[in-house]
Amino acid sequence: MSTVPEAAFRLRDVRQEKSGRVLLRGIDLVLPRGRITVLLGSSGAGKTSLLRLLNRLDDPAAGEISYLGRSLEEYPATELRRRVGFVFQTPVMFAGSVHDNLREAAEIAGLDDQEFPERAREALELAGLDPSLAHRPAQELSVGEQQRATMARTLIGGPEALLLDEPTSALDPESSEFLLESIRRLRAERGMTVILSTHRHYEAAAIADEAVRLSGGAVVESGEAADVLA
Amino acid sequence: MSWPNVADVARADMVGANGMLAAPFLQERLGPGTGLEPEILQSPILGLSWLDLVAASGLVLLAVGLSRWQRLGLTGSLIVGAIRSVVQLVLVGYVLVYIFAIDQWWLVVGALAVMLAVAAREAVRRQEERPLRLYGMTGLALLVGSGFTLFYVSLLVVRIEPWYNPRYLIPLFGMIVGNAMNAAALAHERLAAELRSRRGEVEAYLALGATAARASRGPTRIALRAALIPTVNSLMVVGLVALPGMMTGQILAGVSPMLAIRYQIVVMFMLASAVAVSAVIVVLWNRRLFFTPDEQLRLP
Repeated sequence: MSTVPEAAFRLRDVRQEKSGRVLLRGIDLVLPRGRITVLLGSSGAGKTSLLRLLNRLDDPAAGEISYLGRSLEEYPATELRRRVGFVFQTPVMFAGSVHDNLREAAEIAGLDDQEFPERAREALELAGLDPSLAHRPAQELSVGEQQRATMARTLIGGPEALLLDEPTSALDPESSEFLLESIRRLRAERGMTVILSTHRHYEAAAIADEAVRLSGGAVVESGEAADVLA
Repeated sequence: MSWPNVADVARADMVGANGMLAAPFLQERLGPGTGLEPEILQSPILGLSWLDLVAASGLVLLAVGLSRWQRLGLTGSLIVGAIRSVVQLVLVGYVLVYIFAIDQWWLVVGALAVMLAVAAREAVRRQEERPLRLYGMTGLALLVGSGFTLFYVSLLVVRIEPWYNPRYLIPLFGMIVGNAMNAAALAHERLAAELRSRRGEVEAYLALGATAARASRGPTRIALRAALIPTVNSLMVVGLVALPGMMTGQILAGVSPMLAIRYQIVVMFMLASAVAVSAVIVVLWNRRLFFTPDEQLRLP
């Protein structure tokens, strides 16, 4: 590392609770821009709670979070979420075909009709979903295919950053490897900031530039992947 | 203005019962040669005395007997319910007789306001979560939905004179606001249930940068359909399965069936409007209660 990477997200003393239960406490983190950061921890460690804060599906109970130097609250929530995409652990497809799903997302992102076919093709390709599935009812796809379809749906709007919550948990090893490869490409070709959570050490080792080890809602260790995962 | 005493009012009620008070107005509206006039004014009407009601209570006793036989545990409730229905209706009867006799616009408007407030409270009472704001928002939705419909029917269709004529306004508003209340309660309840069960989908929309309105489009549509379907169904089967209560009442009270059905048609259309407008307003306004201003889903 020759230069200090620019921060995409910066968290200061972030605390999160739900129904009186503490989910996250004392989180101080810098998540660098244009890199792949892996949140590593067992279930209940606070990975999902943390990801949900980054595109404001939830707000923290206390603490400060900024994106590209501006507090998250300074962005209109809808704009922030278009720029910071989120792929959930359990894929949720909208009604209709994969193509309909992509069209919904394109409309929300404000793409015009002329851009759509090319962007849809590109998104499917990046997510590794066979284009022949595009006209199949999305809810009939396998979980792995749905996972890739939601990834394509998130990518079509052209986000700068991508949050992925245990993206490979429902995938077989081959599909997992393919997905990780897609993520590497997004980082390499588009300079995308990626924050990915996983409970698998080997997966983190395979993809991470940076790693954050979470346990019981607190950061145990963070830094360059080589150091944290060693 | 002096307040009539109860005995005078009760006498006036007996004399003027069964549509006779409205007769001059109807006569004027119908004009000669409609063939309805003699029927309305002259068809023999069977009065009901308090003693007749004692006989009717035998029917409740029959239900009580069946409940005891089958050990339904409903005997107490049936008896309390029967007594309550008598007391409540007698009270309402006196209130109506008073309002009709005093015949002042402010009293009629006051009565409508009370009906509206009770309806709003009842619609909210049926919900699991009842933030304070819900009362005001639901009341306002019912006011707009019911008020618009009452205004339309009383001024453009029935053309009530004077505009506040309580004999028309109060029963019409009662039907309107009662149905609007059911629709509002159903719509809100369904919206809450849909948002809860489709939380993942709604958040997937939000995560893409969709507004709360867009993210809840599916649940909104389902809530509105649920609220409107009973009314649509009643439009389909009215007269086939059962005669509507209002029409039955008019016919029993001696009104010509042809006039009664015309009123019933107005009522059916009026309810469709009241239900649709109230449900749409309730869902679109109350939807905001489930989201923060920053488009986050807020489910209890």
